[in-house]
Amino acid sequence: MQKLVVIGAGMASGRVLEHLRETAPDAYEITLFNAEPRGNYNRIMLSPVLSGEKSYPEIVTHDDDWYAANKVTCRFGEHVVRIDREAKQVHGQKGAVPYDKLLIATGSAPFIIPVPGKDLPGVVAYRDLDDTNAMIAATGKSGARAVVIGGGLLGLEAAAGLRLRGMEVTVLHLMGHLMERQLDEAAGYLLKKDLERRGITVLTNASTKAILGEDRAEAVLLEDGTVLDADLVVMAVGIRPETRLAVDAHLEVGRGIEVNPQMLTSDPDILAVGECVELNGQLFGLVAPLYDQAKVAAATLTAQAAEFVPRELSTKLKVTGCDLFSAGDFAEGEGREDIVFRDPARGVYRRLVIEGNRLIGAVMYGDTADSNWFFGLIKDGADIEEMRETLIFGPACQGGGQADPLSAVAALPPEAEICGCNGVCKGTIVKAIEGGAGDLGALRAITKASGSCGTCTGLVEQVLQVTLGDDFQRPAAQPMCGCTELTHEDVRLLIKTKELKSQEAVWQELGWKTVNGCHACRPAVNYYLLADWPLEYKDDPQSRFVNERNHANIQKDGTYSVMPRMWGGMTTPQELIAIAQAAEKYGATVKVTGGQRIDLLGVRKEDLPGIWYDLNQAGMVSGHAYTKGLRTVKTCVGSDWCRFGTQDSTGLGIKLEKKLWGSWTPHKVKLAVSGCPRNCAEATCKDVGIICVDSGYQVGVAGAAGMDVKETERLVDVRTEEEAIEWTTAFIQLYRENAKYLDRPYKWVAKVGLDWVKEVLGNDAERTALVERFDVSQSVYQKDPWAERASPEAARRFQPLADFTKEAAE
Amino acid sequence: MNWIDIGAVEDVPLRGARLVKTHEGCVAVFRTAETEVFAASDTCPHKAGPLSEGIVHGQKVTCPLHNWVFDLNTGLAQGADDGRIEVYPVQIVEGRILLDVSFLAKRSAA
Ligand code: SRM
Ligand SMILES: Cc1cc2nc3c(=O)[nH]c(=O)nc-3n(C[C@H](O)[C@H](O)[C@H](O)COP(=O)(O)OP(=O)(O)OC[C@H]3O[C@@H](n4cnc5c(N)ncnc54)[C@H](O)[C@@H]3O)c2cc1C
Ligand code: SF4
Ligand code: FES
Repeated sequence: MQKLVVIGAGMASGRVLEHLRETAPDAYEITLFNAEPRGNYNRIMLSPVLSGEKSYPEIVTHDDDWYAANKVTCRFGEHVVRIDREAKQVHGQKGAVPYDKLLIATGSAPFIIPVPGKDLPGVVAYRDLDDTNAMIAATGKSGARAVVIGGGLLGLEAAAGLRLRGMEVTVLHLMGHLMERQLDEAAGYLLKKDLERRGITVLTNASTKAILGEDRAEAVLLEDGTVLDADLVVMAVGIRPETRLAVDAHLEVGRGIEVNPQMLTSDPDILAVGECVELNGQLFGLVAPLYDQAKVAAATLTAQAAEFVPRELSTKLKVTGCDLFSAGDFAEGEGREDIVFRDPARGVYRRLVIEGNRLIGAVMYGDTADSNWFFGLIKDGADIEEMRETLIFGPACQGGGQADPLSAVAALPPEAEICGCNGVCKGTIVKAIEGGAGDLGALRAITKASGSCGTCTGLVEQVLQVTLGDDFQRPAAQPMCGCTELTHEDVRLLIKTKELKSQEAVWQELGWKTVNGCHACRPAVNYYLLADWPLEYKDDPQSRFVNERNHANIQKDGTYSVMPRMWGGMTTPQELIAIAQAAEKYGATVKVTGGQRIDLLGVRKEDLPGIWYDLNQAGMVSGHAYTKGLRTVKTCVGSDWCRFGTQDSTGLGIKLEKKLWGSWTPHKVKLAVSGCPRNCAEATCKDVGIICVDSGYQVGVAGAAGMDVKETERLVDVRTEEEAIEWTTAFIQLYRENAKYLDRPYKWVAKVGLDWVKEVLGNDAERTALVERFDVSQSVYQKDPWAERASPEAARRFQPLADFTKEAAE
Repeated sequence: MNWIDIGAVEDVPLRGARLVKTHEGCVAVFRTAETEVFAASDTCPHKAGPLSEGIVHGQKVTCPLHNWVFDLNTGLAQGADDGRIEVYPVQIVEGRILLDVSFLAKRSAA
């Protein structure tokens, strides 16, 4: 009888042995080595063992009786240390065995990130039963904390299992969302939300710097300085094919042991299967393809013709209650089309990727009942042309079904506040409707909802529609863009009431129809989030128009203009010299603007960090001449010089500019302060314009002098400079919190009414609170963006990624 | 195919782009998702706007100058606009971005 030696008793080799027993029980005398002190078991069921839902004996696939019955000589707990191809012998720790055929099935080794402290006791990987038992042991101590490094399949199953056993668990993930290889952002968001609901803390964009501890792991240190206490650290960042034996034996090895479609390595007497192999550059990390490989390997061993063909894979997470599914490939291919369906009320997300007439990828969260049907379509390459329109609704809805644009409103709980001005919540409105209020007018009369500033009108109407059904015909409001049925005002209010603090949350909870918005809604949503949650939300430069991302104004030829701030229009000889030098050095054209400052035009993108650095050195900061934010505060010379000046208009202008610069607003904001009613600073056509008079300051708002021309309206007359600054700041914060993106103040005031603005700002407590909220926002956003980007590290981003023109010239 | 390593995936901001300069003009490398990249000509067929500075959404980019939208799979302008940008094969291998630069050889060969 021929001798077969198998290295590794894992999922793949177990299947090979079964096929051999079925097709050719007497072909080989088999010796099975395994480094683990046990035989084959179902490795993927370690997660239920960890969580306590199963026990080890339940997941054993081959027991002693099986090996005995099938005459397999077991050498468990014994590492193979060397393969001698000349002598055709395998060397185990306890001695050599000759072979006619050899099967390598050594699987993978967990990848351990090379940080200080990685070898401390208390740091474990997640690969085998011993790791699982080590984790279970750590849960014994009450109040014990675990940090799981890696938010992929393994890491999350580990986290969920440890949490079920009562540990405090934090997951660290390097990327922006969980399981980024299988899920897109929306599904990643829902998964994170589900895990957080179970009490697991999830930190994304978290990079581990070191594991701290004297004799054992005690804490994890992150790059950003955060320290997380940990009794147990689980590393689940990835795997590497276990190829050491093959490398030493001089078999051909790439990332894995190279095999042909018959599972033969570069030595015709040696086969390999499982995670340790590589076929045409591809590695395999899920059991489905390994089972196919096992079948082929068994056939090859018995001289049958067979060929391994990699097929489509799908992923599910084995965490009870987290229903997710992902299949196919999102990353490559031509001519694709996305179809997205979201049901915020049920926490459902579905995305299909179609290429030509075929479905090539699917991500689902929340409701995966139809996943097999979709996976079938992907695997078979079925023609879906006929059902394209309704495909996303699954097999049951072929021919019907529509996404409900009102589901976001329907999903709001009764206590969700709809009208902020009058503190009216959804429940009150619904009660009034049920009590007979059948239209907006009646609702306003009874509940006061939408009776003040009116920005919630759209939402109140939606509540009417949801409650009354077809009895109510809502006037068609202009939706924000093609990605949603909601208006800007609706979105702003829902971000506040539902406490949505990330873009993913907005897309999912408000039922966006696209994967991640478009060029119209993204900048608006980004603004709303940062204005409402300045401390929690982090500004996303990629959701900004180029000017705001690059902090310079793009020109028609792709160059940029650079405009330093000139506080209140004042400058100094030193500043002018520095501006002149910078202009010369970077070849810029110099122009005096209509806003009392100097513009340097025609600067190349690569030179931006350089010119910013030079201007910074002379004490100048960005003039934000590119932002939806504070632009200029124009002033006149005022009482310092002018024979008619009543107050220090220049000084007040500078104070205002120093207070307000750097804040983001729905549209640009321009101010002016004139020293007397002759109004040389043109204050009467600004967003906020102040006219100084003998008795104090006249604060006007909502002027315009661009596409429309409109005189300011008087907001208030105050006696002191401090009051003028306070009212101005409060007005701007009210505008920041309520206006629709891209409405200048005059447009917004026209919608809500100056009376309402006066009423809010006239309330002392309200006014003070607005100023306080403005200050909180400024603590984050009043930073010179030029200085931040002139550092060598940040400046790199302004250079090309690669430059082949230089290489070729050499 | 002639794959050349042009940088790490993280060098391109998520939903952003970076430039690769070549003798055939600038190529923009877009990162549409954590592990998804596309490469296309940087130059808008409308009035030569730099597409690498546009807003990236789904597998599309919007030109920063006048809002034409291009599908990065096909290079075709969307909606009413009529135009197309060249798209190039690109792939991610172990966290590195590989660009197929065969299109550069065409000219030198001629
Ligand atoms: C540089 C400057 C013209 C100049 O050379 O003087 C200028 C230049 C631009 N203005 Fe202006 N505006 C300039 C003062 C004005 C003024 C006068 C003022 O500020 O006193 C107005 C009228 C007041 C107002 O703000 O409405 C003005 C009303 C506009 C508008 C119309 C806004 C509106 O709501 O009606 C736009 C378009 C927009 O913002 O959507 C605009 C847009 C632009 C843009 C940014 C167009 C663009 O998106 O590329 C121009 C950039 C030119 C370039 O290639 O860099 N610019 N622009 C002025 C810069 C002032 C500064 O120091 O910051
Ligand atoms: C916790 C967990 C959950 C998983 N969940 C899923 C899932 O839901 N779905 C899915 O498809 N996949 C899942 N996987 C992946 C799946 O388990 C692997 O793809 C599969 O086990 C690989 O099979 P293999 O035979 O190649 O290697 P393994 O099953 O790892 O077997 C290799 C064996 O070789 C032994 N060995 C290595 N070197 C030597 C040597 N020199 N001498 C002797 N013996 C050696 C090892 O000790 C090991 O027992 C999961 C994995 C883990 C760890
Ligand atoms: S008026 Fe303003 S936007 Fe128009 S061309 Fe002049 S600078 Fe440009
Ligand atoms: S240059 Fe691109 S849209 Fe005009």
